[in-house]
Amino acid sequence: MQNARDLKQYKGELTGALHNDFLRGAMDRFAVAYRAARANAFKGMDLDGLIAEIAKGKDEAMARMDELLAEFTSKAQALGVTVHVAKTAHEANEIIGRIAQKANVKRVVKSKSMTAEETLLNHHLEDLGLEVTETDLGEWIIQLRHEGPTHMVMPAIHLSRDQVSDLFSDVTGAKQTNDIQKLVKVARRELRRKYVEADMGISGGNFAIAETGTIALCTNEGNARLVTTLPRVHVALVGLDKLTPSINDALRVIRALPRNATGQAITSYVSWITGPGECQSSANGKKEMHVVFLDNGRRALAKDPMFSQVLRCIRCGACANVCPVYRLVGGHQLGHIYIGAIGLILTYFYHGRDKAKNLVQNCINCGACKAVCAGGIDLPRLIKEVHARIQDEEGHPLQSTLLAKVLKSRKLFHTLLRSAKAVQRPITGGTPYLRHLPMIFAKDQGFRALPAIAETPFRDRFEAIRPRVSGAKLKVALFSGCVQDFVYPEQAEAAVKILARHNVEVVFPMDQSCCGLPVQMMGEREASRSVAEQNVAAFDPAGCDYILTLCASCASHLKHGYPDILGKDPRQAVKVQQFADKVIDFSSFVHDVLKVKAESFAGDGKKTTYHAPCHLCRGLGVTEAPRALMATAGLNYLPAEEEDVCCGFGGTYSMKFPELSAELLKKKLANAESTGAELLLTDCPGCIMQLRGGLEAKGSAMKVAHVAEALAQRLK
Amino acid sequence: MSETKRLVELFSEKAKLVSAFVTPVKSLDEALAYTVDICEKKDACQILMAGCEFELSVPASALCDFKPGKVIVAPDLDPDVFASLKACSENKGIHCLPDGMRKFLGGIDIGFTIADAGIAETGTLLINSRSEELRLATMLCEVHVCVLRASTLRETSWEAEDMVRAMSKDGTGYVAFVTGASRTADIERVLAIGVHGPLELHILVLED
Repeated sequence: MQNARDLKQYKGELTGALHNDFLRGAMDRFAVAYRAARANAFKGMDLDGLIAEIAKGKDEAMARMDELLAEFTSKAQALGVTVHVAKTAHEANEIIGRIAQKANVKRVVKSKSMTAEETLLNHHLEDLGLEVTETDLGEWIIQLRHEGPTHMVMPAIHLSRDQVSDLFSDVTGAKQTNDIQKLVKVARRELRRKYVEADMGISGGNFAIAETGTIALCTNEGNARLVTTLPRVHVALVGLDKLTPSINDALRVIRALPRNATGQAITSYVSWITGPGECQSSANGKKEMHVVFLDNGRRALAKDPMFSQVLRCIRCGACANVCPVYRLVGGHQLGHIYIGAIGLILTYFYHGRDKAKNLVQNCINCGACKAVCAGGIDLPRLIKEVHARIQDEEGHPLQSTLLAKVLKSRKLFHTLLRSAKAVQRPITGGTPYLRHLPMIFAKDQGFRALPAIAETPFRDRFEAIRPRVSGAKLKVALFSGCVQDFVYPEQAEAAVKILARHNVEVVFPMDQSCCGLPVQMMGEREASRSVAEQNVAAFDPAGCDYILTLCASCASHLKHGYPDILGKDPRQAVKVQQFADKVIDFSSFVHDVLKVKAESFAGDGKKTTYHAPCHLCRGLGVTEAPRALMATAGLNYLPAEEEDVCCGFGGTYSMKFPELSAELLKKKLANAESTGAELLLTDCPGCIMQLRGGLEAKGSAMKVAHVAEALAQRLK
Repeated sequence: MSETKRLVELFSEKAKLVSAFVTPVKSLDEALAYTVDICEKKDACQILMAGCEFELSVPASALCDFKPGKVIVAPDLDPDVFASLKACSENKGIHCLPDGMRKFLGGIDIGFTIADAGIAETGTLLINSRSEELRLATMLCEVHVCVLRASTLRETSWEAEDMVRAMSKDGTGYVAFVTGASRTADIERVLAIGVHGPLELHILVLED
């Protein structure tokens, strides 16, 4: 649950979570184990194909939600099911309360339902004087603790066996050990009598299948079978997004759901419940069955051109499983009721701006969630869009308004950078780092040394180093990005050296500016759009063969972000698509296009490890090229653990959430250092700023460089 | 290798991965003997419902007194098969009933069923559970023994689709895919087998 009033209070909660050693350890073990289990579960399957099919199937189903609802209703009603549609969460609770009262229900057992969590159903029923018992072990534990879930499929993942033992000691009035196997048996017995006594069972539904009027449920514990069998009344509370045309569609999702959730091939039970069957505890020998469909904004979402894809969510929780921020702080800090990347979005739509406004800023935009989503939802982009909408609704914070204003004018932005260089000497002490930052900038930044502005920006050096080639086969326009232009011009210079050696003509359009990702990240859509337009105009994309950038984040934003931002504008659509099509990252260009050869390099076998930038390995899907280049250049590549996990930079994220950024960096550096490498390479100046700053702050001997620099240095 | 044999091997491998016990049997009689045998061998203290040996609240422990001795419930069986099972069971002093599950909500020792089909790729049993007695027997037992005819095996869930559809139309339906015993990892992600459903699943593959 999110009750933080403002960002400051929210950050206080994050700090608290960071200091919870049990949580940190549990989350770390889970993150590592999950990755292996998932890979194993999908082994030999066409995962991308499956995801694409699920996305297509869900999109088609959601486009005809009302039609499917009508079909389901007619099939189910013919069998004696009462079908209800609740417009709001409150209405759903009232409908279920009335069903209970009319049927003279005293006790209710529930199997796990995120939809019932969404509507806070238990509170409503308890206020009506009903006894409600959650029967999923994790849900029961958090119900007893009066908490919300911290994971969609493992709701009590934040709790230790000792905490559960103490809780069960209270519940049973007898001292319990912390032996997990015994605690599970105690729960089995305590809950068994609840099923026996209950008059009504409430379940959720993974699928509401229109062709047969079937509710299908996936569970491991077997509790949903008991909940839907023993009591005389069964109510299934189901989001309208669970409407599924056919059994075939459900089987397809079942192929992905348990594998993506926990790495299981299938849940222990899949129950396909069609209509009210026999029930010996009912006076007429027949079950009373209700299906309550919850709208709560889903119908409108289905029609939203941008957000309709959130209805593809199959509630597997994988987006939390791989989120580096979730791994640090757990679910209570990364969702109100729905958790993880999808939770940041759904919180805004189902529980409102006030619950979402802080959470939604806590996305580092690493794209790990998008890469595992079973429905192929573009989660990071939608999170940014929610952030932007909240800012439009509530007003933009001063910092982001200022940044937006500055970035919209390239001249103003670059003038400021040049002035900063002029005045930074007192704080650099002549080193390449900002040693004595005034406190206002340095708050919580002690975990890394921040770099100084370079003496001469790349744009002022370019004319002198521009390759004088004749009969060039390729013409490349270089997009430097702000960091390489003003902080690390030597990286772009290294690239130019390699291009020159391979007879490539290089141009550097002087009107290029920041790619716009920082303002996009801060929810400043207007500024983001404005700089995108300026860059496309500056490059005149038809005039070159490739637009090359050494920054993974710029590359991914230019290639995928720009068509999103400008593509719908008829004046821009063609140029922006041409622009995006020509964008390529350095490693791919050198490896795939130039096809550099080992004989061009004097390899020294230096022990080298690699950090895969989020926006390269996931944003652009480039994984082979940089690793192959290390071999080509004669380096001794020693793979590190978790190479593709975020370094914690995230641009403005590391300024806003320095504590979390520092923890991510700590883990990243520990993994890199444990390889024994002397050199750490990567493909993004932002990551380099973070990694180098962290190593400098801790006084490590390990060096960090861009792949381009490592290659240029070894060029024969 | 015959197609059936390949599917049996795949099924066995996958079912064992989820802690099911898989045993080939030559005849239904052998399956019945197996069932009575494991019921007989069940530890004396396990006559009690799982959990009775632990510290429970007073109302929960009251259920411990519900059981009259060892019980096998085998609903919806062919009358001749049931008669054989009953005879074998009673020989060993075990109650064998075709129904009456609502009288044993505290639990029974063994639920005996025959699956309608098997899905090899996941080690899954497909059981038509429209009958409440059968459903409860497979949920409230401590050990679920299920006979799977090798001839009903199919490779993937896609090949079970028509069967699910057939069982889910023309009236009410309740179809169960059962894969391993009931399980949880809700406390510290430590796997615990046997939560609300069976503690053990025994699959007897009948090579017909």
